[in-house]
Amino acid sequence: MKVEQIAIFLENKSGRLAEITSILAEKGINIRAMSLADTADFGILRLIVNDTENARKVLKEKGFTVGTTEVIVVEVADKPGGLAGVLQTLKKSEINIEYMYAFTQKSGETGLIIFRFEKLDEAINALVKSGVRLLSGEEVYAI
Amino acid sequence: MLFNEEYETLPREALEALQLKRLRAQIERVYATVPYYRGKMDEAGVLPGDIKTLADISKLPFTTKEDLRKNYPFGLFTVPLERVVRIHASSGTTGQPTVVGYTKRDIAIWAELMARCLTAAGATPKDIIHNAYGYGLFTGGLGAHYGAENLGATVVPISGGNTKRQIMLMRDFGSTVLLCTPSYALNLAEAMTDMGIDPKEMALKVGVFGAEPWSENMREEIEKKLGIKAIDIYGLSEIIGPGVAIECAEEQKGLHVMEDHFLPEIVHPETFEPLPLGEKGELVFTTLTKEAFPVIRYRTKDFSRLITNPCACGRTFFRMEKVTGRSDDMLIIRGVNVFPSQIEHVLISIKGVEPHYQIIVNREGSMDTLEVQVEVSDTVFSDEVKQLEGLAKKIQHEIKDLLGVSCKVKLVEPKTIQRSEGKAKRVIDNRKI
Repeated sequence: MKVEQIAIFLENKSGRLAEITSILAEKGINIRAMSLADTADFGILRLIVNDTENARKVLKEKGFTVGTTEVIVVEVADKPGGLAGVLQTLKKSEINIEYMYAFTQKSGETGLIIFRFEKLDEAINALVKSGVRLLSGEEVYAI
Repeated sequence: MLFNEEYETLPREALEALQLKRLRAQIERVYATVPYYRGKMDEAGVLPGDIKTLADISKLPFTTKEDLRKNYPFGLFTVPLERVVRIHASSGTTGQPTVVGYTKRDIAIWAELMARCLTAAGATPKDIIHNAYGYGLFTGGLGAHYGAENLGATVVPISGGNTKRQIMLMRDFGSTVLLCTPSYALNLAEAMTDMGIDPKEMALKVGVFGAEPWSENMREEIEKKLGIKAIDIYGLSEIIGPGVAIECAEEQKGLHVMEDHFLPEIVHPETFEPLPLGEKGELVFTTLTKEAFPVIRYRTKDFSRLITNPCACGRTFFRMEKVTGRSDDMLIIRGVNVFPSQIEHVLISIKGVEPHYQIIVNREGSMDTLEVQVEVSDTVFSDEVKQLEGLAKKIQHEIKDLLGVSCKVKLVEPKTIQRSEGKAKRVIDNRKI
């Protein structure tokens, strides 16, 4: 149910993102999903990759600050209202979302939403109860 | 103009005789009343009776900030607390301030010295003095205030902050003399322009600026922008506060040291050997008349030299050259003393923060800005923006709390701050002082 995500600290300097992607490419690591949070002074790059442990290792070796967090990946129907139902469930259970990002699958039938919660287990329970499908780590890394 | 003509124009011989008399009495008293000083003198093998000439002062041990810290808060006072009527303090390293005390007589002498300084700058009892030095534990505000009152001028105790209101009152009152830090003076000039007020239409004629080092270029800029004469004043709380030395309006070249109350020396910054008159080195002061908190050969860490040529103003006191540098890493940011070690202290006290930091000082427009760059380690890193911003805010808040100076905290990637083999280069000071 829980999926590993790595986060990398980035200063606002040109070329930092390119460097990260090159390091991962060199090691044959594939990026499954990504989002970048930016502020005036720094950015936080969040990645889901097919080999979390290795990605973490090589980035650390190159001197980046890397953290890992658990997120969940929710499958929603790729049509209007697909996400709204999921968010309603969370609202009812009074669960706060720290952040989220989304991508659609190749098939175009479903969208995948990545959620970061403080209360991860509560969120999982609430979503499972409401019949939402959560992807396992293996499923996500192999997409 | 002279506030105290008799003393300020004493022939050198008479002045030196007075200095010797006062020095000997001071040393006698300190030896008898302060165990710490007595211990240091015994260790150096010198007795009060050994001070027979002014040159004999070099036999006495130095006093440093370290000595003051060891005796925090009242260990070096020579009188019981009941005789102390006021306490001031300046920021010290690692959050421990340097505490100084004054008896009634000390306050009276201080007010006289400040009145002399204001007079030397061209102020008279007819003037309206806008005092924007901070009132509080800092000696600037109250020190200048009592001097202005003693002179008989009208003092406006405005203290720092709230610039727009300051300008409004300055204009409405027709203030003629401005007292503040040089960087705040420029700040005021800019704010006036922003408010659509031509600074030259103000009644201001002179400013007495101190508490931070400033260059001749900055003087020119202030004089041009505000249309006033800018006078440098020197002092430090360990000696008395503002009023140790002042430039005269006649020459604006070097600051007359109030030599009837403070004995200046210049020593070699490494060997601490006394240097011949006129050579540049570290400035050392001995207080000659202070009651509650006298200091013996206090090392200021300020670099200067003594100018012995006669001055057009008629004062016989030697002048000290404008201070431009220091022998330690102390920074003066908007008039506040900041030691890099204090910032380190704050960082180390925050869980998970690495003590890899860099301090960058700039002067933007007329204001000093302080930026502290901190490396983000795995321990403090979070995938959430709010956590990292919270960390930056926390560091900022703790620094403001301890140092009283606001700074910008910038989180940077690990290993971006230069590692050095020996002494880390913690400070990049881009100000042209």
